[in-house]
Amino acid sequence: MKTILYILQKEFRQIFRNRTMLPMIFGVPLVQMLILVFAATFDMKKIDMVVVDKDLSTTSRQLVAKFDGIPFYHVSQAVMDEKQAEALLLNGESDIALVIPANFERNLIRNNNGQLQLLIDAVDGNSAQLIYAYSGQIISSFNKNLIAHWKGIPEFAPPTQVKISETYWYNNELDYKWYMAPGILAILVTIIGMFMSGMNLVREKEIGTIEQLNVTPVKKYQFIIGKLVPFWVIALFDLAFGLLIAWLVFDLPIVGSLWLLFGFAGVYLIGVLGLGLFISTVTDTQQQVMFVSFFFMMIFILMGGIFTPVESMPHWAQIADRINPIFYFMKILRMIILKGSGFSDLLSEFLALCVLGVVFLSLAIWRYRKTI
Amino acid sequence: MENDKIITVQNLVKKFGSFTANDNLTFDVYRGEIFGFLGANGAGKTTALRILCGLSSPTSGEVKVAGFDIYRETEKIKKNIGYMSQKFSLYEDLTVSENIQFYAGIYGISPKKRKEKEALLLQKLEMTGARHKLIAGLPLGWKQKLAFSVAVFHDPKIVFLDEPTGGVDPVTRRKFWDLIYEVASNGITVFVTTHYMDEAEYCDRVSIMDAGKIEALDSPANLKKTYNAKNMDEVFIQIAR
Repeated sequence: MKTILYILQKEFRQIFRNRTMLPMIFGVPLVQMLILVFAATFDMKKIDMVVVDKDLSTTSRQLVAKFDGIPFYHVSQAVMDEKQAEALLLNGESDIALVIPANFERNLIRNNNGQLQLLIDAVDGNSAQLIYAYSGQIISSFNKNLIAHWKGIPEFAPPTQVKISETYWYNNELDYKWYMAPGILAILVTIIGMFMSGMNLVREKEIGTIEQLNVTPVKKYQFIIGKLVPFWVIALFDLAFGLLIAWLVFDLPIVGSLWLLFGFAGVYLIGVLGLGLFISTVTDTQQQVMFVSFFFMMIFILMGGIFTPVESMPHWAQIADRINPIFYFMKILRMIILKGSGFSDLLSEFLALCVLGVVFLSLAIWRYRKTI
Repeated sequence: MENDKIITVQNLVKKFGSFTANDNLTFDVYRGEIFGFLGANGAGKTTALRILCGLSSPTSGEVKVAGFDIYRETEKIKKNIGYMSQKFSLYEDLTVSENIQFYAGIYGISPKKRKEKEALLLQKLEMTGARHKLIAGLPLGWKQKLAFSVAVFHDPKIVFLDEPTGGVDPVTRRKFWDLIYEVASNGITVFVTTHYMDEAEYCDRVSIMDAGKIEALDSPANLKKTYNAKNMDEVFIQIAR
């Protein structure tokens, strides 16, 4: 036990003496929380629309005006044929083209049947769906008002039918930042933990001091714990710091228990740090550690459900995610912070994190060799 | 005599793939002696030394260090030895005193005893003023003396030195050897590899390795007689030619 304390004392001295360490401890959370949370959004803020109005009637102009009146629709161009509209879709200046054929108004009045065409840039399928849904609603509401107008009633009042009243739970203003902040926090804690611990151990290999330690009676587990604890503390500190930023800057509500949150983070970090240390036991230079850690980070993050829901992934990917620590931590953070879930709601995630922690840490201790 | 053997090596073989770094080494080291392990670069000195320290495992052969078996009792051996590697291995970003505190700590020396010994040591090395200076700022000669002193701080039975005086001037080297003598006079066995032949003269016995084999093992005086040479340089050249 005393041996571990001596190792810890030495590690903390070195960490606080290292000039790049403090900027990293404070800089990484600031940058990630202030830039990434705002940048990583799927909110539809602006839809550029090109209009091909071949009808040039009162009705067609009303329709265009209706779109233009909606804050996030930006009717940026009006062209005379589809070819030009397609060109604008192709070069990315427009997201959607609304094509109003000639005789739109006449057909509407005479045949009670008008036709419109929407061309949507669907490179990003998600956005395309959203744009289509929004536009459909706008046109349908326009249609209803048209009918109402003809019938001489001020606004379309449908006969009594099923009425839906909606409340969004847990994030009732649908603030995307609230959804992303816990995700970015998970990335933050993982990067700090995994990279710092791995780089630190392999640095001792590079400068050769590890050999001196290997001829001492220090036990493998003492050494690994001595390397783990400092970065465990730093990563938890950064979680607190990141949460504080989120709370101050975008009012992130923390519905659940902070104790529970940090308890889970503590267990999660044992696994992440264990993995970082394991990587450093199988590599020889800091570059190698960076490369291998980065490889795992990318996969963990992209499969972890931060940006895309895990439920939409193929079945095999969901199974593979069971060994992805970020997948659990992400879920846990969102559930505790936004929903206020308790320990019993997260029991299976807790057990999974325990298993991953034991496995990764054991791998690190097992693979660390005092004898080459 | 058997009790006085602190290291016994019998038929030690170490292979790296098809390359044999140590080819059937057999030798003993006696308690309290300064044992010089000589050889050209690549002769296999460091490989053998690393095996004796428990940093590397042999391919075959029987080795006992401080009475413990190299295969099964590596951790016990580690309590009883000190080691100073070719690569300078104190922490550059810690001070003199912090390095001593760390190494003393992991060998289980009490803080009280450490402070006493540290004060005496620094006085002897004339480094009391540099106590709170970072190692990175010290001259190489000081670093080496300090690294050696830290390697024997816990009073091991044997200290292994792997080319401890690489890259320093003859005067500093001479001073370094004064430290080695002092340690040996306190009963610590010194096992030192070198390729400086003047240093070989300071040893009680030397072994000379060439291409993984021990070609000669005796006191410097006897070796010079056997090979009819004026100094160790000539002995070495005849063997390693």
